[in-house]
Amino acid sequence: MNPWYYHWRKIKSSCVSALCLLCALVVIAPLALVLFNLLQKGASSLDLHFFTQLPKPVGESGGGMANAIVGSATLLGLAGLMGIPVGVLGGIYLSEFGSLRMNWAVRFAADILNGTPSIVWGIVVYALVVLPITRYSAYAAGLALGLMMIPLILRTTEEMLVMVPNSYREAAFALGIPHWKIVLHIVLKTAGRGIITGILLAAARVAGETAPLLFTALGNDYWNHNLSDPIEALPHKIFIYASSPFSDWNRQAWAGALVLILFVLALNIGVRVMTRGRTPHLAK
Amino acid sequence: MNAAIVSGKTGSPAGLALAPPGKAGDKVFRLLTWLMAMMVLALLALVGWTLCRGSALSLTKFGWSFCVHSDWDPVNGDFGALTFIYGTFVSSLLALFIALPLSLGTAVYLTELAPGWVRQPAISMIEMLAAIPSVVLGVWGIFVMVPWLRDGPYPLLLKYFGFLPLFRSPATGFCILSASVLIAIMILPIITSIAREVFRAVPDAQREAAFALGATRWEVTRLAVLRYSVRGIFGAAMLGLGRALGETMAVTMVIGNSDKISASLLSPGNTLASKIANEYAETLKGIPLSALFELGLMLLLVTVVTNILAHLLIGALGARQRPGT
Repeated sequence: MNPWYYHWRKIKSSCVSALCLLCALVVIAPLALVLFNLLQKGASSLDLHFFTQLPKPVGESGGGMANAIVGSATLLGLAGLMGIPVGVLGGIYLSEFGSLRMNWAVRFAADILNGTPSIVWGIVVYALVVLPITRYSAYAAGLALGLMMIPLILRTTEEMLVMVPNSYREAAFALGIPHWKIVLHIVLKTAGRGIITGILLAAARVAGETAPLLFTALGNDYWNHNLSDPIEALPHKIFIYASSPFSDWNRQAWAGALVLILFVLALNIGVRVMTRGRTPHLAK
Repeated sequence: MNAAIVSGKTGSPAGLALAPPGKAGDKVFRLLTWLMAMMVLALLALVGWTLCRGSALSLTKFGWSFCVHSDWDPVNGDFGALTFIYGTFVSSLLALFIALPLSLGTAVYLTELAPGWVRQPAISMIEMLAAIPSVVLGVWGIFVMVPWLRDGPYPLLLKYFGFLPLFRSPATGFCILSASVLIAIMILPIITSIAREVFRAVPDAQREAAFALGATRWEVTRLAVLRYSVRGIFGAAMLGLGRALGETMAVTMVIGNSDKISASLLSPGNTLASKIANEYAETLKGIPLSALFELGLMLLLVTVVTNILAHLLIGALGARQRPGT
């Protein structure tokens, strides 16, 4: 055989390997760039006022996003009230009670809902809640985010519960404990860490959502004292400030983006650190 | 201890079999969880029904012409979605065109080539990229990416490919191509992670057989891995496309928001999602509102169809996710 052909094949292989490495670097580059720019531009515009003051009117510089930060926390709480019970209990049904066909249907629906664009949730809640009572409200925004959380939490809960060994359940049945107590005290407890992980990841995902808030929360520059009034949220404020022509608002948009991404990444990384190597007995 | 509780409740050991404890509790609990699971099914129906009902006016008034008509004229009450359908598909397909090769290369690197100590950190970083909120990428897009594209690559494109109708119009930077680049960044992680899973599912015997025949690493990858997972790669691409079609905030922030249709990729446009997002806080009524809901309905339909196709290809829809992935 021609030795040059052999070398040519080796060279080709090395070239493709280098190309693949290059692809990996290009994929990771945006993350590095975004984080670098956020730290560079966000950190310099972040001060105490950002966390403690209300937004200033157009044209005045200074002010902060205190109401948006509190608003985001409020909305996350409302979303959790909606999403966590439904998602966890639905997940329990799939893993403990459901028939094959029913489970398939529910998982199918959850997967489709997970792929539904977030703006669609916004206009659906707009049509269901905001239009009938002609009022933007924190409740509507919380509902939109909560509905988004349901399929996310349901899928992870089921996954975690299925990993609990059947022998645990059988042992408990053998002691004559009612099924519901087995689920609550033994199965849920064993899978607890995994389920909390799922909930936190869903919260991190929903905390950064802006599109569902456009048609539900509306946003404003004041404190929200009543949950049936419009409410401001951090991602929404960032969107408004970034798209405005005022440089001071742009500056604050960077600061807001930095705060938001630190929160989201902290949740993500924290969850990963918390779960790393902690559930070996479930890994069957 | 349990025996004491049980006997305390039933009175006699014989009664234990006749009246097992907690039957009522079981029924209530089962019903409760069943209701919650049913809520997911109901929710899917509710989303579809709400959008259909909301767009009824527009559906009856415009019919199919809504899809092939490019005027969006609230003053004269004339609505067509062609501009947004065009914008959605062009920006998403272009994003897929950019993201797919990069993702496949990365997935090949991570499964076939990378040394062990690189693998986990790299995977974590790609997952972090997926966690960046859309609006944050939008901020970065407006202030960093768009100015860079406008001053660097776009003038070059105009200079060397300006004869093509694709690259006409002066480059303001806020255009369909910018939106595509941003969407590509957002769908990289999902395609990479699915492709990685698909490649990992290729039996090692395939690779070993190819190596035994004297294949180089690239030949092993091409013949044993890539050819084996064509179907899965299509699935990953479809899933990425599904995400791309529905991407809202980042796109709204960089696409320029124009309701005019244009062949040039460097001119502003709008997608279904960004058009809806732009109309918020407007007090819409009647036909305009209904037309907006119809845009939402179309968006829902295309994402549902691509997602179902994707999952049929990967074979995962409604399936249990494999643990540890």
